[in-house]
Amino acid sequence: MATPGRPLIEVLNLEKDYVTGAGVFQALRGVSLNITEGEFVAIMGASGSGKSTFMNLLGCLDRPSRGSYHLSGQDVSRLSSDQLAALRNREIGFVFQGFNLLPKLTALDNVALPLMYAGMTRDERRRQAQAMLERVGLGERSHHTPLQLSGGQQQRVAIARALATRPRIIFADEPTGNLDTETSRQVMDFFSQLNREEGITLVLVTHEADIAGYAQRRIRFQDGRVVEDVTRAEVAA
Amino acid sequence: MIFSSLFETAWHALATHRMRSFLTMLGMVIGVAAVILMMAIGEGAQVMVRESIKSMGSNLFIIMSGASTSGGARVPSGSAPTLTFDDANAISELKDVLAAAPVSSGSAQLIYNGINWSTSVFGTTPDYVVVRDWPMESGGFFNEADVRSGARVVVIGQVVVRELFGGEDPIGKIIRIKQAPFEVIGVLAPKGQSLDGRDQDDIVMVPISSAQQKIHSNAIRNRVRFIMAQAVSEKSMGIAESAITELLRSRHRIGMAQDDDFSVRNLTAIAETAAATTRVMSILLGTIAAISLVVGGIGIMNIMLVSVTERTREIGIRMAIGARRRDVLWQFLIEALTLSLIGCGIGLLLGVGGALLVGNLAGLPVSITPTSVLLAVGVSFLIGVFFGFYPARRAAGLDPIEALRSQ
Ligand SMILES: Nc1ncnc2c1ncn2[C@@H]1O[C@H](COP(=O)(O)OP(=O)(O)OP(=O)(O)O)[C@@H](O)[C@H]1O
Ligand SMILES: [Mg+2]
Repeated sequence: MATPGRPLIEVLNLEKDYVTGAGVFQALRGVSLNITEGEFVAIMGASGSGKSTFMNLLGCLDRPSRGSYHLSGQDVSRLSSDQLAALRNREIGFVFQGFNLLPKLTALDNVALPLMYAGMTRDERRRQAQAMLERVGLGERSHHTPLQLSGGQQQRVAIARALATRPRIIFADEPTGNLDTETSRQVMDFFSQLNREEGITLVLVTHEADIAGYAQRRIRFQDGRVVEDVTRAEVAA
Repeated sequence: MIFSSLFETAWHALATHRMRSFLTMLGMVIGVAAVILMMAIGEGAQVMVRESIKSMGSNLFIIMSGASTSGGARVPSGSAPTLTFDDANAISELKDVLAAAPVSSGSAQLIYNGINWSTSVFGTTPDYVVVRDWPMESGGFFNEADVRSGARVVVIGQVVVRELFGGEDPIGKIIRIKQAPFEVIGVLAPKGQSLDGRDQDDIVMVPISSAQQKIHSNAIRNRVRFIMAQAVSEKSMGIAESAITELLRSRHRIGMAQDDDFSVRNLTAIAETAAATTRVMSILLGTIAAISLVVGGIGIMNIMLVSVTERTREIGIRMAIGARRRDVLWQFLIEALTLSLIGCGIGLLLGVGGALLVGNLAGLPVSITPTSVLLAVGVSFLIGVFFGFYPARRAAGLDPIEALRSQ
């Protein structure tokens, strides 16, 4: 679906201002970069450097103050909020640090939720959601609610939810931030596998160098600007 | 998004907060039950009034002995009635009057076959059942000759038939009224309740002459408490009323400056007043109930607003994974609608049950009409939409990022 020859994500001079009581705060001060389909990108940087702000813009959850963003060759600023919702539903999966599962729903219903907004019937949704849960190794736990699952299991449910509509991109904002080392490793292995075997584009925010080490490309933010953008080959060199 | 999923989502949300859903619904339940119950009572009262008016007879005047007072015409105790048989005859001769019947009334003890029953005894003329439009169920009414001769014959109402005779055929039987034997020659058809709530079927009628001789011992010869007169048509009631007044004033030789010693009252007008009063009462009851329905609706809005605030994060998550604004709007709207319609359903059951209970236990006339049911359902649907819309729009208008960030 991506326009041939064009990158999946094209960002030019992207800026984001936050208007607060204290005045206008510039969280992003002109970010330009491209991400091609199938890349695995880690975004790093100090706290407050604008990583989450940038991810939210890429994920079409928020709109930039200035600058342009093309996703699959499409100018996102021209889309209505309903079109953005449909885009998030079809093309994008989110994985958050805090999992963001609905606590009253079972794992199965959580994973089936994006499929509901995609207009699938109940039976179809359940079948597909169950298949996704099996892929993340939680086929047996589908009727547990998030509170009955460990942190690592909850994050796997969240990943299954992100994958449910078979999106092309997954945005993960510190997905291992709440997990121990061993669980983090499992989650990252799974992400690598998704990227390698299915060609899903992955953009991941992290503080930890070893987590960033799973990615092929590392982008470093500082005070709302990109200060470093290197591939693994370059790092090794 | 598929519509049935909306109901599924709403149902799930309501089921996970069972206590809260129940309490919210309670407002609707009480409101709808109140509407049904109040309208049943109001409508029942109106039906009763309409029926008593129908049973009264049309274009009627009641002319009573004694000057009119604020509480109605009453003969001062001890003084004699001022109206006479001849007054009644003269009134019936008037051009605009169809018929007039004098009535002397009192209560007396009846005995048949060892059974006692106390009832009101009317002494009157055959014209009485004509003006009251009161048919016979069996047998016949006494005639002019019976009145002239003071015949010992009696016509009895339904209650008396039931109390004295049970299953037996009363025609031809002899009952004793204040010890004097009377032969039952007819049974009156049922009339039901009068406007003032008396049972009109608890009555016996005898020729007025016989009543004065044998039953109403303190009656003064040829004098009566009241006369029932019927105008020829509804239009002529005004003329008839002044003609009756003029006639009686000249017959009673009342001077220009003197007050009437009788009073003429238009029963149709009284009936209309009664009908209007019950209508007002019924509207009042309905209004009070409607207010409680609105209060129930505000309760729903209140809880929905709390629910939107509490579930801000959930809304953010739903938006992030692809819910459009209208999906969120529908989700909360349908939740509010489900609450109000389930509340309405329970309220309907309680209201109908309550109305039947009131009808049976308190003996009040109740009438549950399809209108009141439709009204209650329609209004609670509108309330669900109206009071659900604002919170739902608040939810749909949330910013996904801010909603996701909220705790
Ligand atoms: N809604 C907001 N209103 C005002 N300022 C904001 C808002 N969101 C973020 N900021 C500010 O913008 C800057 C960038 O925030 P952002 O969340 O992107 O940082 P981050 O790089 O993700 O940090 P962390 O590593 O701590 O998650 C911060 O200084 C933050 O205070
Ligand atoms: Mg962040």
